[in-house]
Amino acid sequence: MAVLELDGIVKDYIGLRAVHGIDLKIDDGDFCVFVGPSGCGKSTLLRMIAGLEDITGGELRIDGVRVNDQRASERGLAMVFQTYALYPHMTVRENLAFGLENIRTPKDEIKERVGRAARMLQIEELLDRRPKQLSGGQRQRVAIGRAVVREPRVFLFDEPLSNLDAELRVAMRREISALHRRLGNTMIYVTHDQVEAMTMADRIVVLRAGRVEQYGTPLHLYNEPANQFVAGFIGSPRMNFIDAVVEGADATNVTVRDADGQTYQLAADGSELSDGQEVVVGIRPEHLEIGGDKGHPISVQSIEQLGGQSYLYCETKSGTQLTAHFVGQTAMRRGDEAHALFRRSFLYLFKKSDGQALRRLEIGEAARKG
Amino acid sequence: MSTVINFLTRRRGRDRFDLTDWLTWAYLILGTLLMFGPVLWVALSSFKTDAALAEYPPTLLPLAPKTAIVAGYDKPLQLYKITGGEYKGRQLAEIRRIGLVAQMVDPTQPDKRLKVNIQDRAPERSMAFAIGNYTELFSRFNFVRYLWNSVFITVVATVITVLFNSMAAFALAKYKFRGRTTVFLLIIATLMIPPTINLVPIYLVVSKLGMVNSPWGVIWPAVATPTGVFLLRQYMLTIPDDLLDAARMDHASEWRVYWRIVMPLAAPAIAVLTIFSVMWRWNDFLWPLIVLTRSEQFTLQLALNSFQGELQTNWSHLLAMTVLTLLPITFVFAFLQKYVTTGIAQSGVK
Repeated sequence: MAVLELDGIVKDYIGLRAVHGIDLKIDDGDFCVFVGPSGCGKSTLLRMIAGLEDITGGELRIDGVRVNDQRASERGLAMVFQTYALYPHMTVRENLAFGLENIRTPKDEIKERVGRAARMLQIEELLDRRPKQLSGGQRQRVAIGRAVVREPRVFLFDEPLSNLDAELRVAMRREISALHRRLGNTMIYVTHDQVEAMTMADRIVVLRAGRVEQYGTPLHLYNEPANQFVAGFIGSPRMNFIDAVVEGADATNVTVRDADGQTYQLAADGSELSDGQEVVVGIRPEHLEIGGDKGHPISVQSIEQLGGQSYLYCETKSGTQLTAHFVGQTAMRRGDEAHALFRRSFLYLFKKSDGQALRRLEIGEAARKG
Repeated sequence: MSTVINFLTRRRGRDRFDLTDWLTWAYLILGTLLMFGPVLWVALSSFKTDAALAEYPPTLLPLAPKTAIVAGYDKPLQLYKITGGEYKGRQLAEIRRIGLVAQMVDPTQPDKRLKVNIQDRAPERSMAFAIGNYTELFSRFNFVRYLWNSVFITVVATVITVLFNSMAAFALAKYKFRGRTTVFLLIIATLMIPPTINLVPIYLVVSKLGMVNSPWGVIWPAVATPTGVFLLRQYMLTIPDDLLDAARMDHASEWRVYWRIVMPLAAPAIAVLTIFSVMWRWNDFLWPLIVLTRSEQFTLQLALNSFQGELQTNWSHLLAMTVLTLLPITFVFAFLQKYVTTGIAQSGVK
């Protein structure tokens, strides 16, 4: 049970700043996911919270107590590693008990807590095996068990599912979510997979190059991305971006013209914009309507049909790539000509210069339709 | 058993010996003879009496002349096989030898003396193990004392070597600190200094510390080995950092990380170092010779050396003790040798 506060956390390596002053408050019992492309500093941040990396600057508080100078073992956190990091020379039971032995827990209590954790994670019959004799999923469970048995204040997960196959990953995703519901601990989960972030998180922290791009609930990030990076990172397949120029803007309406000469209106606060300014229009693949004879003329480059859903990869006349995603099957084929319709309420608008999003005025409708 | 036979009789040619098979067998047999022959000879010779050792031409097996007790003679007489002349084919006992003629007697007819040319007789010999060579080591020489000295120095030095070198290797492999590479290179660089150059300075240190004529004078200078640090460090580099971090998250102190995680996982490399250290200390001669001057402090190697006097060498005891000295190291090696190959292969050291 813990509130975690990060106050201007900085990490410097020799001649390189990896984390640029991060401020964050993670509430008690929150499942918080750090997500970002590789090298964004998310693992470094997690390791700093864990106490495995020194904090160069700023302050880290757990329940209001500054822990910068506490060692990893004193912070009362538990971590699940990407490589599981099970001690290969110990049995599963010894692996689970090791942390408790280190704090001199009485033998009876160790036995009871190991037994309880093993029951919860259904690894009771594996207790006398060695990690080498376990499958990937079983190792993952043991690694989680090792964290659970310690009854820590905060759980830290460092890309724990990236070594599992797709099917197992989905199953473990649900198990970790269930574990969080049952234990109610604060959990911090690092991943580069935005699907994991969207499905598991109470709150997501999107990181890029050592900076927080946005912090919020999954749907908030989906509906109201703060900038073009978050918009592109959250959602799969990624959002389509079309370069355009402002033709007219006021506080409720923005008119833009794109490279194909198409003009359309967006419901956004355009009071900061001026005519002729370069902008980027965004639309998610699932909001793109293909067909009819209105909208952008496009040609179909390739199609992926999954049966229940289909992906269309198209190109406009000017060469902009568009991806469309829709439920069901399609009769379209490669090389077909069609039209893509951009609905006003599904459009996002970003400034070309710094990627910042302009406030959307019709989000409610977009969310409902999405 | 059948797999052993199957293994031994395996050959390249299907139904007959291929040239490769001939060459392989020849090479292996030659190698075995070259390497194992001297050891075998030492072992067999250690059972010979001094007289048999001095015999020319030497024999491989420990043979002793056959004797018989003949009625009317106080001492046992040596038996000969008669190879020519009048009594050819008979077995006679020699009473005495006068010039080129030997006075002999047939043990079955003790009262009749026979004269035989010494060219016509060959001594009868049989296998006889002079166990006395070994038992006298214990009764006449202080073998147990030397053995204890050797064992003490070997075991204590090896334990300390493994402990110190593994701690140094752990720090060099797993901690990031300024000057880490420099320290490591310095340690490795000491390999380039010939031991003979160190000899005098180390002796001065040892004597100032009052460790001359004490086993500690042999142990301490030997425990810090660059080879050991290098070997263990290379191996420890292969232990994933995540494991150490996981242990730290599990409330383990750095000491516990070292003792409970790093040491067990470095076991193959530690086995290699243990074998090396045991061999080095057990076979060490020059340094103990310098430090230990009193015979009650002698190690086995020094005791062996003391059998070799200026004027005469006590071969029978020397050989018996050599064999006894070889045995422990052979057992240690046989026991740990499977780790040597894996450990050396994994740490990339030879």
